[in-house]
Amino acid sequence: MPKDELKGGFRLIGTRPNRPDGLDKVTGRARYGADIVAANMLHAAVVRSPHAHARIKKIDASRALALEGVKAVVTRADFPTGLTGEDWNLQENTIAGDTALYDGHAVAAVAATSALVAQDAARLIEVEYEILPHVTDVDAAMAPDAPVIRAGYADHSVPEGMHPNVVRYIDFGHGDTEAGFAAADLIREHTYKTEATHQGYIEPHACLGQLGADGRGEMWVCTQGHWYIRRMCAAVLGIDAANLRVTPSEIGGGFGGKTTIFMEPLALALSRKAGGRPVKLVMSRAEVLRATGPTASASMDVKIGMKKDGTITAAAVNFRMQGGAFIGMSPVTEALQCAFACYDIPALMHEGYEVLANRPKAAAYRAPGAPMAAFAVESLLDEMCRELALDPLRVRLKNAAKEGTKSSYGPSYNRIGFVETLEAALAHPNLAAPLGPNQGRGVASAFWFNHGGETSVSLAIGEDGTVQVSVGTPDIGGSRASIALMVAERIGIEYDAVRVNVVETGALGVNEPTHGSRATFASGKAAVEAAEQAIAEMCRRAAAEWGIDAEAVEWVDGAACPAGPNAGKFPPMTIAEIGAKMGGTGGPISGHHESVPGGVGASFGTHVVDVEVDPATGKTTVLRYLVVQDAGRAIHPAYVEGQYQGGAAQGIGWALNEEYVYGADGRLQNPVFLDYRIPVASDLPMIDTVIVEVPNPGHPYGVRGVGETGIAPPLPAIANAVAAATGARLRSLPISPPKLLAAMKHK
Amino acid sequence: MRYHAVESFEDAVRIAASSRGTTRFLAGGTDVLVQLRAGLVQPDDLIDLKKINGVKDITRRADGGWDIGAAVSGAELGAHAALCRDWPGVVEGMRLVGSTQVQGRATLTGNLCNGSPAADSVPGLVAAGATATLIGPEGTRTIPVAEIPKGPGRTNLKPGEVIKAIHLPPCGANAGDAYLRFIPRTEMDIAVVGCAVSLRLDGDRVSEARVALGAVAPTVMLVPEAGAALVGSTLDDAALDALVTAARAACRPISDKRGTVEFRIEVAGVLARRAALIAYARAKGETA
Repeated sequence: MPKDELKGGFRLIGTRPNRPDGLDKVTGRARYGADIVAANMLHAAVVRSPHAHARIKKIDASRALALEGVKAVVTRADFPTGLTGEDWNLQENTIAGDTALYDGHAVAAVAATSALVAQDAARLIEVEYEILPHVTDVDAAMAPDAPVIRAGYADHSVPEGMHPNVVRYIDFGHGDTEAGFAAADLIREHTYKTEATHQGYIEPHACLGQLGADGRGEMWVCTQGHWYIRRMCAAVLGIDAANLRVTPSEIGGGFGGKTTIFMEPLALALSRKAGGRPVKLVMSRAEVLRATGPTASASMDVKIGMKKDGTITAAAVNFRMQGGAFIGMSPVTEALQCAFACYDIPALMHEGYEVLANRPKAAAYRAPGAPMAAFAVESLLDEMCRELALDPLRVRLKNAAKEGTKSSYGPSYNRIGFVETLEAALAHPNLAAPLGPNQGRGVASAFWFNHGGETSVSLAIGEDGTVQVSVGTPDIGGSRASIALMVAERIGIEYDAVRVNVVETGALGVNEPTHGSRATFASGKAAVEAAEQAIAEMCRRAAAEWGIDAEAVEWVDGAACPAGPNAGKFPPMTIAEIGAKMGGTGGPISGHHESVPGGVGASFGTHVVDVEVDPATGKTTVLRYLVVQDAGRAIHPAYVEGQYQGGAAQGIGWALNEEYVYGADGRLQNPVFLDYRIPVASDLPMIDTVIVEVPNPGHPYGVRGVGETGIAPPLPAIANAVAAATGARLRSLPISPPKLLAAMKHK
Repeated sequence: MRYHAVESFEDAVRIAASSRGTTRFLAGGTDVLVQLRAGLVQPDDLIDLKKINGVKDITRRADGGWDIGAAVSGAELGAHAALCRDWPGVVEGMRLVGSTQVQGRATLTGNLCNGSPAADSVPGLVAAGATATLIGPEGTRTIPVAEIPKGPGRTNLKPGEVIKAIHLPPCGANAGDAYLRFIPRTEMDIAVVGCAVSLRLDGDRVSEARVALGAVAPTVMLVPEAGAALVGSTLDDAALDALVTAARAACRPISDKRGTVEFRIEVAGVLARRAALIAYARAKGETA
């Protein structure tokens, strides 16, 4: 792709056509996970542990099996043994072995002829537990007297003498931190905590699974990545991946939480045991909150050294995170890597611990780790700016990472747009809006890597000149529209002439899920590469008909044309003409591209928020909110803005009210949306957005990936604004009214 | 589960009395159906009251008071201009329940019978001195709404007893009422604290006042000392401070996922003060 395309001047890219899936979604025609039905289908229900930690002494399903309409019950005994590593983790989380590890852990499942019978049967399955001591707080789980969740599970990185619940230790850094702190005029150090939050997607997990005695099966499922579902289910059930065909439904939100399995193997195991009848399994909201991936909770120490002019001389962090009862689930590494990624700091030290606790197995959640890290680091930066009477945006500008900066996590940056986001924030009218009593303004910045990942895309020319694109990345945020825009732009046809389909596992090579903000970047890049192949073939077909060299044909505005006067005088041959006769000129014309694309471009963002705090109740109202973020290039600006606003909304919820509340018994107290307080529409102002475009040189149209960065800055930005409004500095989230009112009284 | 769509309260009571299992009465269903779907209750007999004649009527009595049928929805209350003029605090409490969709179904009677100490419509009814007519196997009786809640999820209704209608007294001259609740969000939430104030003026001075608190005790409760703190005053700072003190002194809350003991006590005073000022302005004929 010619580099000059980075400069712009596009026909379609940057426009805002309707999304191809839009009509289906607003009319209810789109088929989500729970909409999939099959003839002869059974319904499943899951028996879940009511205890945070308990030995399973006995499971008696005889009364359930005696109920009319019950066709199968499965327990761990129906699954293969001998799994290791993450496969074992997945199996153990899908259905408990000898110990239930958290409130909501699946213990058994039943399939019956109706959902009501299945639920009745689930209540008849008798499980005898021996309750064990539990721990849900990350700091408490590291304490010497904490109950041991699984002995001997820690990897070799953990220093000797630590509690067995500490399963991994990470450290990295650069420069001489001792000298860096010695050079500082001000050194501050504080501890910050964030609670676990759930992705809160509208659509609960749902699947329909069918598996025969021959080990062949199919699954229809709401997921961000159906090849992951295939691989994980195959491992947990001991079947061959190629024998399981997985088709993704439309998806009502994922945010990272649908990149793994939770209950899908149960549907398949029940189906196999019920003679291959399809089994439908749909989670309730309470099951989603109790037993699917929230993010980790965190406890974090941060130390920063700063000169009087705002120059950061050194910094050190120590993060501790729990992501449930399994290793590898807490994003402590990513949190450490993101902590200072916005800044050019000569001396840095990062340390982190991953800790087990009796909570659900965490899953990815939008920029995993970055929001917690941003809360800790950007809060302390704000405190220090206030102490030194420095403008917080200008301090960020002074220390900002740029092209060529060696990042805090190792590699040097290529072209990035952090400075541009700070400059755009400084120039925005929101920064000049007057503030009244009990009001305050907060700013914060954040970073996310973005991701390439395994990608396979096919493209085919239709007989009428329209183009179909087959991608393996489920469309969460408008990627079908964005990919169609890029393909139509490159081929030179209308947006509506390109149809992008998300296809099943049997149709393409392995695709990673839609995660890491990669769909528009990676599937988009592969689709453009596939279009190049199809264009080259169409030029060859035209050349053959004209009797000239293929090199003498160029592709212009949707048609093959002779390249220059020496090529001969032929009228342009359009894609429709080529498509209409391709059966007689060599057969179908298609393109295919697969890769793990390099050239991933990081995305930086800066947020500015104004809040008002009711001094009598501690209730925070968001008055104004601004998101500035580098998109590289906004292929479809409306969907980029949607990602910015959605990220901010989730971050605001995390900052103010969302939290996992556990009782003394280790049970989740708030497994419903009434008490798990996601912001409602009327809680938020219209979120202002500024799309900064510093094109990513690693993508044909400059795309970076925009989905994740936006969730991180709201946590510290809100805390900083609340501190400005009240003088109370909250170093633990959420900043709920009872907590803030108490802090205001004691400040 | 048997579903009964009855045409009279007598039939409803008869079915309830003859049921040997769990019964639930269904009006709006916005609590019952949610509990049913969550598996919290599995009724053997579900008795639908919506088809009974008159249950959706709002009627002004000859004395100027109001009778509100058991199946009148929050949306219907909110659309009734004359009722809203007389008892704005009662109506605004009910209107805070749930979403727009829920408002199309949810009823005052149901909110009361659900027995939640945090029920948004109940403090307004208690402050207003509302009564309810109950019909049961032993006949019909009318009792103050304040006597119906018994504890979280429990009422003083006898087995098989059902509420036919709720009655508001005539509001009379120079009166105003108001309800405020605290939630951490702006809607779709449950009261952490609720407070209703109903008062009457004689000139600038308060001649009668009733204050009711929600979510700070096992039941919604009338706080006579809080009302007394206002009587005779012009709602000056001293009277408001006395109101706040009395309201806080009456609180017997718990700490839970929605708020702490300290927070609930503190905010009960804040809401009492704010609600009193709104009720006072309304009694003076100022729009608030």
